[in-house]
Amino acid sequence: MSFNAVVTWWAENTRLIELLVSSLWETLIMVFTSGFIGFVVGIPLGVLLHLSKKNGLLESTSLNKILGVVVNIGRSIPFIILLVALIPVTRFIVGSSIGTAAAIVPLTIGAIPFIARLVEGALLEVPAGLVEAAQAMGAKPLQIIKKVLLPEALPGIINAATITLVTLVGYSAMAGTVGGGGLGDVGIRYGYQRFDATVMMITIVILVILVQLIQSLGDYLVKRVDHR
Amino acid sequence: MIEIKDVNKVFYQGNKAINALSDINLTIEQGSIFGVIGSSGAGKSTLIRCVNLLERPTTGEVLLDGVDLTKLSDQELTNTRRKIGMIFQHFNLLSSRTVFNNVALPLELAGVSKSEIKTKVEDLLALVGLAEKRDVYPANLSGGQKQRVAIARALASDPKVLLCDEATSALDPATTISILELLRKINKELNLTILLITHEMAVVKGICQEVAIIGGGKLVENGLVGDIFAHPKTELARDFIRSTLDLSIPADYQERLHSTRVENSYPLIRLEFTGASVDAPVISHVAREFNIDISILSSNMDYVGGVKFGLMLAEFIGPDACAEKAIEYLKQQKIELEVLGYVI
Repeated sequence: MSFNAVVTWWAENTRLIELLVSSLWETLIMVFTSGFIGFVVGIPLGVLLHLSKKNGLLESTSLNKILGVVVNIGRSIPFIILLVALIPVTRFIVGSSIGTAAAIVPLTIGAIPFIARLVEGALLEVPAGLVEAAQAMGAKPLQIIKKVLLPEALPGIINAATITLVTLVGYSAMAGTVGGGGLGDVGIRYGYQRFDATVMMITIVILVILVQLIQSLGDYLVKRVDHR
Repeated sequence: MIEIKDVNKVFYQGNKAINALSDINLTIEQGSIFGVIGSSGAGKSTLIRCVNLLERPTTGEVLLDGVDLTKLSDQELTNTRRKIGMIFQHFNLLSSRTVFNNVALPLELAGVSKSEIKTKVEDLLALVGLAEKRDVYPANLSGGQKQRVAIARALASDPKVLLCDEATSALDPATTISILELLRKINKELNLTILLITHEMAVVKGICQEVAIIGGGKLVENGLVGDIFAHPKTELARDFIRSTLDLSIPADYQERLHSTRVENSYPLIRLEFTGASVDAPVISHVAREFNIDISILSSNMDYVGGVKFGLMLAEFIGPDACAEKAIEYLKQQKIELEVLGYVI
């Protein structure tokens, strides 16, 4: 495909381009909204998982077990199944089970346990000695979380955010099955169902660029906050 | 003043109980520097963690100025801990905070105002000699500088007591000396009680007035540093002092060592000087008096609290009978001798 051919194709397919722009927007909405809500719930959940561990700051074996089981259930359901299984919940929350807003519900619920585990892992990297030092200084548990654990784990948490957002880009493609729209949906409808390889290639290229951007931004931020 | 009364600490490994501390009693006077020395696994770390209740004693009392910490509520304990500073072997500085903000942390926790924090932290950084490093992150500091920051941080809330958990064990000897000097300085200037635990004899010798030897979770002996090193009363204390001084026979000597005297061989002797030994220049005296030559192989002598003590490995070169007499004489001077063998 020569350069001229691309230009001609571009001029002849304004409708398709509008579609690609609007579906990129839908993808961004789905990924970042579910990512954001996912972190709002997932970070405290990850913190709680970490603190309730044996010898943790707020050791509680039963709480840890319950949270662990819930998170594992969330993690073990394949996303495509979660998407369908959650239709009643989605309908209850959004009022409809079709559309971008509807897709955000299962994406968020899928993201929460994923984020919780990643945050738990990031907190695990914080040396136990720092918590001990803070305790010796007379820090209360909430102060330890706010002033020691979270700031020290920040590089790991940003890294977790990057991984989550990239994963959500992939998951959002499946949201097409509930009419969620987005680039993945366009790719499947045009590329797979209509055998239009060009459109599929374009969506793939846009998705690759999107993921690269998210990853580069994430890496940059980690570098900025990591003083270890 | 810190009083540790009948403290026991039991850990459970599965169903197996491990007595980390057994019936520990210690009194540490306000303004003194008290050392607890012991080999690894002796219970030192558990003991120092019992003082600020990072480890809660299974039984017993920990009194700070007459107040039993084990009976305080969480809130009271938090406030009391602000009066007990602590520094650690691995410094435990927050990597996400600059030097300034690390030192400011205890003040932030206590809700001190920003302007007060600024003056206080700058004073402390000047005290530990790191004023120009205020905006540097700990990752860019040397070990000694990190420990200085940790000391400044521990002093931020004007504590009465400073706990030092192997504070110099990760530092090289020169840095260790400079950190000990700093500790001595703050002890004098602030009348701060310092309790330190270590496995290094040099640290205790360097700054402690009193020392306790701990082994197998039991307090073996305690008293003034000079007394303990010069006149250890218990076998364990003696073993410990000896182990820190231990001299081993070089490998090539070991090969040439015979258990019985053969032609052209000389005795290899270990001499142990204790507080009981006669304080006189015995080595040169013996050489002159008994007409032998003494070749010192290695020696580890120390001087603490007016007493010389230590170990020496030496060959006594000369006729049989002379060497025997020399050994006899040295024994009379209360120097403990052991003939390790005969070197060809």
